[in-house]
Amino acid sequence: MAVQPIDQFAKNLRPDTRAAVHDGSKIGHEKRTRLLFDHLPDANRLRVLAGEIKQHVVENLDTYLPQVEAALQANGVKVHWAADATAANEAVLSILRARGATKIVKSKTMVSEETALEPFLRAAGVDCLETDLGEFIVQIAHDHPSHIVKPIIHKNRREIATLFEQNGLGAYNDDPETITRRARAFLRAKYLAADVGLTGANFVSVESGRLVLVTNEGNSRFCLAATKCHIAMVGIEKLVPRDRDLGLFLNLLARSATAQQLTVYTEFINGPKSAAQPDGPEEMHVILVDNGRTTVLASECREILRCIRCGACLNVCPVYRQASGHAYRSVYPGPVGAVLSPLLAGERFPELADLPKASSLCGACNEVCPVNIPIPDLLLRLRAKGKAEGAPLAAAGTPPMGAWALLASQPTAWKAALLGGKLINYLPTKLLPIPALRAWEAKRELPAWRGGAFRSWLKHRKSAGPQEAQKSQNEPTL
Amino acid sequence: MTSGRDTILSRVRSALAPLPRRAPLPDWESELVVMRQARGAVDPWTLFAERLRGVNGTPLTSAGELITLLDRGGWRHGYCDPQVWPKLAAAFPTSFTVETMFDRARVDEFQFGITRASAAIAETGTLVLTDDGTASRLAALAPWVHIAVLARADIFTDVPQAVAALPKDPNVIWVTGPSKTADVEGILIEGVHGPGVQVALLID
Repeated sequence: MAVQPIDQFAKNLRPDTRAAVHDGSKIGHEKRTRLLFDHLPDANRLRVLAGEIKQHVVENLDTYLPQVEAALQANGVKVHWAADATAANEAVLSILRARGATKIVKSKTMVSEETALEPFLRAAGVDCLETDLGEFIVQIAHDHPSHIVKPIIHKNRREIATLFEQNGLGAYNDDPETITRRARAFLRAKYLAADVGLTGANFVSVESGRLVLVTNEGNSRFCLAATKCHIAMVGIEKLVPRDRDLGLFLNLLARSATAQQLTVYTEFINGPKSAAQPDGPEEMHVILVDNGRTTVLASECREILRCIRCGACLNVCPVYRQASGHAYRSVYPGPVGAVLSPLLAGERFPELADLPKASSLCGACNEVCPVNIPIPDLLLRLRAKGKAEGAPLAAAGTPPMGAWALLASQPTAWKAALLGGKLINYLPTKLLPIPALRAWEAKRELPAWRGGAFRSWLKHRKSAGPQEAQKSQNEPTL
Repeated sequence: MTSGRDTILSRVRSALAPLPRRAPLPDWESELVVMRQARGAVDPWTLFAERLRGVNGTPLTSAGELITLLDRGGWRHGYCDPQVWPKLAAAFPTSFTVETMFDRARVDEFQFGITRASAAIAETGTLVLTDDGTASRLAALAPWVHIAVLARADIFTDVPQAVAALPKDPNVIWVTGPSKTADVEGILIEGVHGPGVQVALLID
């Protein structure tokens, strides 16, 4: 029986990385709860509503996508469509080529992680720099983000200080404030020299074509204040029907992601800058990216397309906290990634078929989800899919249950086995030459076998049942 | 060759075709997202100032207070929106250098930037900047200190009000406190790419 890859990864994780991820994912969790439930009259109602709105969007994309295209075009935005990662990257490159642009500054976007935009552009001779502090550190470390919102949750300050030193960003200094100031000074010159600013989008309103972008650092704002051309890569599921819905989603997003009422910079972009404004893009492009989303839409797990990438499910997940984001071997880690990544992988689903098993199904991910995605249900559906398709990784770590299944599905055999089980009480189990059993029993007592006790209790209870049920029904009216 | 548009739309249509019915669009009451703290607020400025302090921003009510703050920080070279400057010029001593053109070639010489806020949101301590109202996007972002000049009448109580009143401006940005990050070990550091000090100056 092969071990699950994620278990193996967690086992081999360096202790300081484990500590960083564990502590980092717990930060803000209490404050998140307070900001949601103390501030708002009915936070749970909001989560359900937001989920219903997004589910509506997802199930009506055939109507909304042409509508949002028209709204964006009316705002003076050029709209591109990219069916896959290659098409998305090539769309970016052709915009750059048309402008003769060779330098771009990039604000955090998960879609561009999916399409591996940065290595693609680098190979094409374009200087593409991440500006979010965490993503910048990931870039100079040739690493991958391990969290949707906190990309370097797996790194400590000493590693970062060493990286800065190696990259000519000053002598070793692991004070977080010094690290931040050095990045500020270095990146400022890059923004001002860049030709194009590239971002994602948190939401796009179908009604107005407003593209909403949130950052705390102000890096996306700097991209849009210093450069003359703005490219936004947007997953096709990012739409909300009306402007007023933005009020609902913005109230949930920052609270869920970072325990803030609002993210520091919330930008509503309705096209290129106004004529009188000296700073900012004169040209704006939106690339609507599919890259596997329509496969998810056709699946039994389309609810996952509601996701607004807040990362709350990662922060509460007992598996994520132990294993870290890289254990998920894909762009999206944690519970959301365990559903989304194998589906986005399309034909390569078997390579990630173990991820839906990396969960205790405790349900915490669903409980914190601001769009109420039933993640545990989706994980179960994907486990079934993995089994149905016979993916070897879907079986990794699962004990052989065939004999048990056979027994459990034949009532007579089951009853006989329960009686036969009593024989175990007379077996000297401590003396059996089975290493696993010996190791287990070295510290524990095997409880006495009471096979059949529940059945006889239930049988007895059944006869007393109706009266009891009647009684409990009457009680509240007394 | 089919375009990306046709490919995506046809994939979407065939993915949705088997659905017996589509999820309806729910309506919702704006009240649901209004913070308890904002209900029956006595005075929008008082609530705004309290919430702005809550996100480490600085509410001020007179040019004199602003001069004291800038003087104490040693920030004596800055930018001011040419339309705002006539109202503030008299308050600035000659030891300050204030320019009314923001020169991006000398971006780091500007220690403070004074621009107009088109509006504010009391319940979150948020300043609303627009392209039409902000003379320079960079001047409101690059200097260490950003001062947004705000009129009392322009303060919304809550987020739904501010969303409903989103202007037809190509760019609206809500600023809630100084620029910040917690990327390094979850430790809060202010002034990452934008201002480390965010001021709202009330001018009646």
